[in-house]
Amino acid sequence: MTITSTEPSVIALWDTLAARIDRGDRFAGLFAVPRNGAVMLSAQVATSGSVDTLEAALPSGAAGYPALTPRVGAAFWYERVIHDETGIVPEGHPRLAPLIRPGNPEDHALPRHVAGYGLFTIPHGPVRSGVFESMEYLVETPGEAIPHLNMRIFYKHRGIAARFTGMTVADGVLLAERAEGIASVAHTLAFCHAVEAIADCEIPREAALVRVVHAELERIANHLDVAMRLADAAGLAVATARFALHKERVLRLVSALCGSRFGRGVVVPGGVSAFPRKRPAEILGDIGKLERQVTADADTLMATSSFLDRLRGTGPLLPGRAREHGALGPIGKASGYADDARVARPYDAYPLLDAGPVAQHSAGDAMARLRVRFDEIAQAFHFIKQALSDFPERTRLTLQAPCPPADGRAVGWAEAPQGEVLYDVTLDEGRIARCQPRSASFHNLVLMHEVFAGDILTDFPFIEASFGLSVAGAAL
Amino acid sequence: VNLWVLRGLRDGVVTTRWPRRADEYADSWRGPVTVTAGANAPDAAALCPTGAITAADGWVRLDQGKCVLCGRCVAQRPDVFAWSAGATGPGAAALARQALVVPQAPETDEAVEAARAALAERTAALRRSVHVRHVDAGSDGSEEWEIQALLGPVYDIQRLGVFFTASPRHADVLLVTGAGTAGMAGPLRTTYEGMPDPRVVIAAGADAASGGLLGEQLTGVAGTVPVDVWVPGSPPSPFGILNALLIATGKLR
Repeated sequence: MTITSTEPSVIALWDTLAARIDRGDRFAGLFAVPRNGAVMLSAQVATSGSVDTLEAALPSGAAGYPALTPRVGAAFWYERVIHDETGIVPEGHPRLAPLIRPGNPEDHALPRHVAGYGLFTIPHGPVRSGVFESMEYLVETPGEAIPHLNMRIFYKHRGIAARFTGMTVADGVLLAERAEGIASVAHTLAFCHAVEAIADCEIPREAALVRVVHAELERIANHLDVAMRLADAAGLAVATARFALHKERVLRLVSALCGSRFGRGVVVPGGVSAFPRKRPAEILGDIGKLERQVTADADTLMATSSFLDRLRGTGPLLPGRAREHGALGPIGKASGYADDARVARPYDAYPLLDAGPVAQHSAGDAMARLRVRFDEIAQAFHFIKQALSDFPERTRLTLQAPCPPADGRAVGWAEAPQGEVLYDVTLDEGRIARCQPRSASFHNLVLMHEVFAGDILTDFPFIEASFGLSVAGAAL
Repeated sequence: VNLWVLRGLRDGVVTTRWPRRADEYADSWRGPVTVTAGANAPDAAALCPTGAITAADGWVRLDQGKCVLCGRCVAQRPDVFAWSAGATGPGAAALARQALVVPQAPETDEAVEAARAALAERTAALRRSVHVRHVDAGSDGSEEWEIQALLGPVYDIQRLGVFFTASPRHADVLLVTGAGTAGMAGPLRTTYEGMPDPRVVIAAGADAASGGLLGEQLTGVAGTVPVDVWVPGSPPSPFGILNALLIATGKLR
């Protein structure tokens, strides 16, 4: 259930928003929405059981509005995007540099935020050493410490949100799969949840179980990728190879189930496109073997002191800051702030399944984030085993519930490996009138600004890998 | 560290023997869609979300450079369209953009042969080891995973004398992914210009070839760098990328 409420003015919207955040709700997004010639500011608030949308119209022709960022710091990047896309100025915003649109290349001189003897700025990217997605880090440093870091993600801005407009729902599914390619299943789930909410469609139980299997396999692959990158950063050649091998095994299992290594084509509005090509008992065998192999290597990694020394205390995100920002996914969980959409706002088959014990971590450093990921891998195996054991006999199965295109607006959500993904979808005459995706990568990446307390240049790859985010999802 | 020695020995050799031996996973790969019959299906074009299908003069053609593997056409018209099988082989990497259009027009053969001869002449010096510079020009992130996989123990690209390098100055091959965003046009061009001759450019994936689903606003990377080898797929499989790297450098024909 998604509630949309309209406030009389921007100030009233901010007051309501601040009051709700004080009550324990989480700020989840802020966007500018053109409607009937006017511009609406549309904020998303996550609460237990739902994601609400609060809106207020800007006076027509307004060139600016009082910025939210001074009151709610988590709006920092959201308001820069609003400025990039509409030109409307959030007045009082601390730093309105371009974020997702390149702006004027003349302005791209290296910024200097810290002054002092011997300080210089290292531009790192957008073409980086190794196989990485394109983004630029501007590292201000006197040589070792990193007193200030800036990020430029506009290199990869593809205009995903704009591309949705006018698409059919079926085409929208394909685009959602490619918004953040390493979290295809989660993005498609969030999109389809919104479409299903508009159509008031309840998906068949067996389809919901298949969705859980694919969403959790995606989570395992992503977390193994992070473990691999961390081991690589520490120069542990064997550990890197082991986790790369496990990740490849997961991707091959996914392709054996559906034909795509990223679970594309599985999730459709109303259910799933096909059942797994392997029998549940067969998949359970594969999963059991995989779990034993991954667990043994994870245990060894967490007992390798030369590796742990690099992670312990590295890139700490303070629990207070995680709560204040509403940090999503493993980054929030490692800093004692856990708002998991699968538990707080359960969807698909998650209400039927036991989430198992979730260990709490509050150290907030790269090690805590890795511990959370290994916990989540164990939990993912637990979910998959339950979903497959519960799977009904092959006869008399329903793939999809009818999901006729209806008009309306809804917010859909899903817990990606990176954290909660939100899709605000408006359908009109069977087509997408507007679709605003919000990835966990976008919401969390801004936190990398503030985790370099005392860390030095050689800690950089550890901190970046421990965040485990996707630039494609952040820049959209 | 001793523990890791034992862990590393656990699974024996996991590396594929391809290209010296066939690989089951590569051969069973579900590739881009092909046209099996030149059937008269004038309405087939409407099936495709990226406009890869054209029907003119009674001929149905499909541009694999635009195919995002959604399978809608195969599901609706199995009499006309089918999945291609296998991630490797000469058909899995195209030496000319028009060679991705199936069935191929008669004049395509000549263009491909000309491109092959020109590429072979240019890359004659690259037969032993080659260095690759990867640039993401606006991918969805999955292509990077598939390229990263090549460095892992299963594909182990170093065994074939292919190495990834940080500096374009050391690179022989430019491996480009992504739909060609405005922001990456400059850095991509600069990277290409920083490479010494002879240099080869591979466009990996439908996004790099045509923009894929974003084709209305982004049209791939060919407008920024001269592409020599095209790999279909959304994303292409690791075997598909490996195959293209070997074809581009004359290690495989």
